[in-house]
Amino acid sequence: MEGELAHIGAGLAAIGSGAAAIGVGNVAGNYLAGALRNPSAAASQTATLFIGIAFAEALGIFSFLVALLLMFAV
Amino acid sequence: MADDAAKSGGLEFHPMDQFNIKDVFGGAEISWYTITNASVWMGLAIVAVVALMVLTTSKRAIVPSRGQSVAELAYGFVYKMVEDVTGKDGLVFFPYIMTLFMFIVCANFLGLIPGSFTPTSHFAVTVVLAMAVFLTVTILGFVKNGAKFLGLFWVASAPLALRPVLAIIEIISYFVRPVSHSIRLAGNVMAGHAVIKVFAGFAAIAVVSPVAILGITAMYALEILVSFIQAYVFTILTCVYLKDALHPSH
Amino acid sequence: MATETHSAAEAAGPGMPQLDFSTWGNQIFWLVLTLIVIYFVLSRIALPRIASVLAERQGTISNDIAAAEDLKAKAQAAEVAYDKALVDARAEAQKIVAETKAGIQADLDAAIEKADAQIAVKAAEGEKVIADIRANALNSVKVVAKDTAKEIVTAMGGKADAKSITAAVTARMKG
Repeated sequence: MEGELAHIGAGLAAIGSGAAAIGVGNVAGNYLAGALRNPSAAASQTATLFIGIAFAEALGIFSFLVALLLMFAV
Repeated sequence: MADDAAKSGGLEFHPMDQFNIKDVFGGAEISWYTITNASVWMGLAIVAVVALMVLTTSKRAIVPSRGQSVAELAYGFVYKMVEDVTGKDGLVFFPYIMTLFMFIVCANFLGLIPGSFTPTSHFAVTVVLAMAVFLTVTILGFVKNGAKFLGLFWVASAPLALRPVLAIIEIISYFVRPVSHSIRLAGNVMAGHAVIKVFAGFAAIAVVSPVAILGITAMYALEILVSFIQAYVFTILTCVYLKDALHPSH
Repeated sequence: MATETHSAAEAAGPGMPQLDFSTWGNQIFWLVLTLIVIYFVLSRIALPRIASVLAERQGTISNDIAAAEDLKAKAQAAEVAYDKALVDARAEAQKIVAETKAGIQADLDAAIEKADAQIAVKAAEGEKVIADIRANALNSVKVVAKDTAKEIVTAMGGKADAKSITAAVTARMKG
């Protein structure tokens, strides 16, 4: 019984990956919108773009980690 | 759990087996000096770094060969990153950051060889890398700026009433840095490899195996991208943290 | 069944190899060793070498650029000289054209003047002849008119004296 509950929990935790995908999409989309308005400033902001993507994605990875822990370590 | 699936559908999913650490010589006990698959692939990462950065540049050609221009590209890439983010005084740490970058890149790409082992998918490795950065930044910040380094947590531009609250948030975020820094790298690499393994498990069913193989191919391409981007992100975050230590004005 | 599988997984070792802390010491030891080796390889051999190669290339490139600038300056000087020669030649040609034009104009003017003079002489001669002819014609008209008037007067039965007839004819012709 406990194992099944853990599986359900893992599935729920995986929703976080989708949320992180929304976040990363937001970052990249807004970067593109800004870059198309002012292409000359775009190149200097790629580092910021990657940092933003990394921060947004890290939280998705956390939820993935929770799912893994529920699947394999609980 | 994996056995469950094996019993019901004839499928075998062992996505985490590839991360097992084994003694190369078959010993059961793993002590601190045992040569494991992890240490073998770390050694191969050293070989790759030496081959890429030392052997290709041995001719010191003015007009570079292909290998030498790759080495120069890597050098210029990290050098410019350090210079842009931390400023001129951060260049002292350039060899240190270059070491991190080259190790992560080589380990990630070697881990993409089928059947290989990826050291960077283990928290033991990434936590050490992230803690090394964290301790460097913290010690350097206090040595260089003294008590002024604490100004990083005291946001002077915010209203006075908000500052204690912000200070708590800043302190929490400062101590979460090594956690997210390490889990990001290991999690990304582990996730990609595990997903490839899951697709590979589906390939056992003849009907869906073309789809599964297509999925493996697509994930593999994504993993090549992720391998580089995660190394880049790890390095640039190291630079950003170093900048905080060198110039703590928030 | 859940407990059964759970124990099976347990028997096969912990689920996540990453959280098997018994291997951490091993990995950390080899990782630190790896990082130290890579650090020394990079900082002692690779990075200074690449830096010197890049500096050398920068030097070569700037030398080449300087040489190219020299050649460019020379080419520009040559172009300026060429332009000057072209301008000079053009001015010379224009001068020659102007001189020739002036000579032709002078010849032309002289010829036109001569022709005008000849034409004037001819016209004067012609006018003189015409005037003579006109005078002769007038005299003839006078004589004919006198004769006719004398004849008419005689025919009417009068005696015409030449002096009054001449006066009358002259007065008539004037009027």
